[in-house]
Amino acid sequence: MHDAKIPGRIVKAPENHLTSDDVRVIRGARRRAFLKSAMAIGTGAALTAGKAIAVSDGEDAILKLPAHTTTLGQPVAARAYGTPSTHEQNLQRRESPGLTRVSAASVAFTPLQGLFGIITPSGLHFERHHQGWHDIDPAQHRLMLHGLVRSPRVYTMDDLMRLPSVSRIHFIECGANTGMEWNNVAVPTVQYTHGMLSCCEFTGVPLSLLLDECGFDRKRGRYILAEGADGSSMTRTIAIERALDDVLVAYGMNGEMLRPENGYPLRLVVPGVQGISWVKWLRRIKVGDQPFGTKDETLHYVDLMPDGLQRQYTSIQECKSVITSPSGGQLLQGKGFYNITGLAWSGRGKVLRVDVSVDGGRNWRIARLETPVLTKSLTRFNVDWTWDGKPVVLQSRATDETGYVQPMMAQLRAVRGTRSIYHNNAIQSWRIAESGEVGNVHVG
Amino acid sequence: MSGDGFRRAFAPALRLLLLLPPLLLSLLLPPMLPLLLPLLLGSFVMTAEAADTTRYGLGRAPTQKEIDAWDIDVRPDFVGLPKGSGSVARGQDLWDNKCASCHGVFGESNEVFNPIIGGTAADDAKTGVVKSLTTSELQRTTMMKLSSLATLWDYIRRAMPWNAPKSLSPDDVYALTAYILNLADLVPSGFVLSDANIRETEKLLPNRNGMTRSHGMWDIRGKPDVRNSGCMKDCAVDITPRSAIPDYARNAHGNLADQNRMFGGVRGIDTTKPVGTPTMAAESAPAVAMHPGLALANRQGCMACHAIDRKLLGPSFQEVASRRASNGAASELADRIKAGGSGQWGTIPMPAQSQLSSADARSLAEWIVAGAGTKERSK
Repeated sequence: MHDAKIPGRIVKAPENHLTSDDVRVIRGARRRAFLKSAMAIGTGAALTAGKAIAVSDGEDAILKLPAHTTTLGQPVAARAYGTPSTHEQNLQRRESPGLTRVSAASVAFTPLQGLFGIITPSGLHFERHHQGWHDIDPAQHRLMLHGLVRSPRVYTMDDLMRLPSVSRIHFIECGANTGMEWNNVAVPTVQYTHGMLSCCEFTGVPLSLLLDECGFDRKRGRYILAEGADGSSMTRTIAIERALDDVLVAYGMNGEMLRPENGYPLRLVVPGVQGISWVKWLRRIKVGDQPFGTKDETLHYVDLMPDGLQRQYTSIQECKSVITSPSGGQLLQGKGFYNITGLAWSGRGKVLRVDVSVDGGRNWRIARLETPVLTKSLTRFNVDWTWDGKPVVLQSRATDETGYVQPMMAQLRAVRGTRSIYHNNAIQSWRIAESGEVGNVHVG
Repeated sequence: MSGDGFRRAFAPALRLLLLLPPLLLSLLLPPMLPLLLPLLLGSFVMTAEAADTTRYGLGRAPTQKEIDAWDIDVRPDFVGLPKGSGSVARGQDLWDNKCASCHGVFGESNEVFNPIIGGTAADDAKTGVVKSLTTSELQRTTMMKLSSLATLWDYIRRAMPWNAPKSLSPDDVYALTAYILNLADLVPSGFVLSDANIRETEKLLPNRNGMTRSHGMWDIRGKPDVRNSGCMKDCAVDITPRSAIPDYARNAHGNLADQNRMFGGVRGIDTTKPVGTPTMAAESAPAVAMHPGLALANRQGCMACHAIDRKLLGPSFQEVASRRASNGAASELADRIKAGGSGQWGTIPMPAQSQLSSADARSLAEWIVAGAGTKERSK
């Protein structure tokens, strides 16, 4: 049992960590790989270290000046709302084929395999809609608070954006994230295993402020119902302690307004709680004395246990982590140094530490946690690693500030069986074959 | 102005009065009367804004009609349930016209959504826990999971039908709920469900006792049900590989080379090639822009029941195009899309798409009649 108080360790940069034998082996491997393929694809920049350059004077990328160096570039505001480089088209939100049959009630996953740091770009935030999305006219949008309150209120966006605002970075994870993996490996990449996960800076009004404004009944008001303005008018119950803690009625995301797919112009942000409760296109908050037992608290988002009972109102996203690179579906470019990087998070607070194993969980190393380490937010971790070309199994394991350690798949299954769909926060394994191919694997 | 509002309007004046010692008050009140009177009279004509007790003074009080318009939720204890009733027979009519196209004639369909009916046994109602939930790997149906009748009623009213939510009256919702219970063999075909008998009827639900809140995942301070040790060295773990993507399915999520950056520390595997092919990722094909017709069809939910090149619940768009090659076909089809109907393509009716604008209906129809993009693609 380790001391849960040890913070992430800072490891020196990897200069000169390779022995001369290592260098020889890596260069040999790179030269062989280069001769096979680099000429054919023209650049091969990753393979051109040291003696591996196969041309006498140097590579064309340096010796022949390209058009962008010798011609006039485009003017400012050529694209008034900037878009990613055309070379980045591979990283997109994607559906998992066969997961759903109706794309208006489906999910598009965030490409975690190619993202850096902790902030999810707004256009890559995962999507989950229950009855399609709309681009709502903010001038016509209203938020109503009523129920067990002294004075019910209606707010326009004008009203809400005049009120005191706060900005906070939080992760949002669908309760069904990693839900396809309870029984066996079902999907190939981290985009599909963990991509119902995003993290943004949200800006809005604390819900506690609005509840105070309408004078909610502190004795009898024990739950709130949040309701969306879309066709599904999705509803979820939130206990009043949670509602008064750190819940936001948010209009901002990553410095701009929410994207329509993420609830424009108004959504609930319920830090640490599964995404279904972050009601999009929020139109109504009702204070009540009983839970509301909605469709998504009765027919879905209930966790089936081995005894046949369904756990209702499972909400908190327990501590979890995943290595995002190298990860399933990726191909290592030969032996040598790699930066193992990934994400960790907990619905109960801050991530305290992350351990990484390259031998399937027998031995572990403490990863570097990148700052900021924030409560109920993604935390980025990194670990130095040199691949010797042999098959390995990579894992990461997060511990949160409550001392809870992310469980192994077998431990979760022993308690919850394999049919609960929701809240799979097991340690993820990636197997790297001799070929350099990384695959999703379950061990033990 | 309500009594409550009246009191609120007077509150500042009353508080002021209470603050003053009675003696002082008796001395001061007569001379103050000329001052106080306009203030008191003024409060009778105060607007809602001026009566505001909020700290920030933003927003306004909703009218009762506004609250009623949105306050549609029905709780498991039936708080919020409107009065009304509906028969199984009327429910069947509604079902065949508005629901069967997605959920199947008997609520059994697994084509578009998960099935509603199935998986329950007559004995389940005795315990109120569906037995097949303990053992079965079968897909779970709505009736296997449903623990409160109000939840079903609430959901139908707020979200159904799929393409025209909130278009059903309370009586419609009673009738549809009654018909679903009849399809599940819980009530006879002559049954009428109403606000008067819905509590009794709920006792028939096979999974009414099937929920538990005994877990640590609602409260942020809840006790986790699984503990891992955090062992760091020589941990006794089983590292036998149990499951991986089979080789034949490696391309099931598309070419993974196209889903990773083309530079950087790693590439995506070219899954169009066999396992272990030592290859760099191929150049990705340029993205093909989606045809506006297809985008519209996606947006309008047409693709829930239709595909371009194969029959789903409805005919493929290609089939439709081949039957409607004549002049004026597009405007006829546009009308047909908006009105709905049945008979031309089998028994499953197409629900009316009254939410479609005429322009959108026309664009859809033109796109379908022109071959739904397949003619361009085959060039």
